[in-house]
Amino acid sequence: MRKTRLMTGIGISAIALLALTACNSGTPGSSGDGGDGGGGDETALWEVATDVTLEGSKTFDAMVARDGVVVGVKNDQPGLGMEDPATGERTGFDVDIARWIAASLGFSEDQIEYKTIPSANREQAIVNGDIDYYVGTYSITDKRKADISFAGPYFITGQGLLVAKDNTDINGPDDLAGKIVCSVTGSTPLQRIRDEYNPGDTVEYDTYSQCVEQLKAGSVDAITTDQAILAGYVALEPDALKIAGDTFSEERYGVGLDKDDTVLKDHINALFTDGGDVWTALFEEHLAPAGIQGEQPAVDQ
Amino acid sequence: MGVITDNLDLWGETLVGTLILFFAGGLLALILGIIVGAMRVSPIPVARAVGSLYVNTIRNTPLTLVFFAFAFALPPLLGLRLTGPVSLTLAICALGIYTATYVAETIRSGINTVPVGQAEAARALGLTFGQVMSLVVMPQAFRSVIPPMMSVFIALLKNTTVAAGFSVVNLGSIRNYLSERGENQFLVILWVMAIFVALVLLLSWAQRVLENRWKVAR
Repeated sequence: MRKTRLMTGIGISAIALLALTACNSGTPGSSGDGGDGGGGDETALWEVATDVTLEGSKTFDAMVARDGVVVGVKNDQPGLGMEDPATGERTGFDVDIARWIAASLGFSEDQIEYKTIPSANREQAIVNGDIDYYVGTYSITDKRKADISFAGPYFITGQGLLVAKDNTDINGPDDLAGKIVCSVTGSTPLQRIRDEYNPGDTVEYDTYSQCVEQLKAGSVDAITTDQAILAGYVALEPDALKIAGDTFSEERYGVGLDKDDTVLKDHINALFTDGGDVWTALFEEHLAPAGIQGEQPAVDQ
Repeated sequence: MGVITDNLDLWGETLVGTLILFFAGGLLALILGIIVGAMRVSPIPVARAVGSLYVNTIRNTPLTLVFFAFAFALPPLLGLRLTGPVSLTLAICALGIYTATYVAETIRSGINTVPVGQAEAARALGLTFGQVMSLVVMPQAFRSVIPPMMSVFIALLKNTTVAAGFSVVNLGSIRNYLSERGENQFLVILWVMAIFVALVLLLSWAQRVLENRWKVAR
């Protein structure tokens, strides 16, 4: 009996120790010696601001109180918001936009805590105050503005189609008759396809990568969502996938914020407006290689 | 209440999806479970071995993994195109094959409550294995396993939500839809919970009715 208890004790301590070291090796890895691929370059792009004050921003007060920023991002969108499952390293256009904002508020990389929030939970996470702001293919819509507010837009894209490289029959949404289209569960792009075009059938999974698997297996014919997201998958596997046709909607990506925090919103908007060089550099690094064209949009007033 | 009344179409569609998965999956599980349960007590060694292998492999597999096998591994192997009905069939098979292991074990435990002498007596009368099972053993086994069997089916009812991640619309997917329509997520989940509680109460009620009807006279 005594022996079992001792063994349990040792076991628990060992697990605790493992957990601790795991955390320990994770944090400096992502912040320290250029954990993110372009870490060196990015520090050159912007400097961490000092003596920042944002009078009347409760989000900023909370950041200062806890001496860190909690950012909501995605972890499964190559080129935009991606987390390497092995190293925990986060990369992408959206993630760098989040880092840029944090730096402008006076927080360095090691003071940023990333939280992966799936699309369906975004408003709730902001309303609950689980995150300070959200950067992750977050389209500005009036419905969402009822619960939260948006800074930006910082990028404009539109709905597109992803097909297998050797597919020649699909060149736009009008060619979808009799074809099977895949996207994530409940997503607006899929509902638009269903309502306005005439697809053979639609399939819904939890993540885009599952759709990509089915597309490569030939079980579905096309994947639809914002073209910026699709382009990330093409960049990963240019030999297997391609974008078909042009965009057929307009999605304006913004930074999701607390509804009443206009001070922070104005700060981020000013940052975007004055930071054209940084924006262009980030775009060139992350999105241009995937074959996306675009220029920085003007922020909403 | 607005969450419900403004989106009646979706609530109806998802509730029907859940019920289809439950009844079709349950029926498949019941049939397969009875067969496998009988196999595990049958006099044929091969049947016993196959039954044990099936139960012990599938019962220890997470349901999500079973779904992955059906939704991602099977279509390329069979060259299936994932239309709506195909996804639904795959989900029903995944649920049925997973739940059947629990049904089989529950039934086997019921079979064990029937004294061996009865089966021997029936066989001595010249009944075949099938007749011994269907006329003598199963009727008695069933009534003793109604409570645990109902637990298996309640678990199945809740397990149907896993299919939401595999392209079958049911109550598990309504949150994603309503989030795109800008509804309060918390309210949506509370309502989904309330519906599941109501459905489970309905099953408990069915259990009580069956127990009373098939009560063993002592």
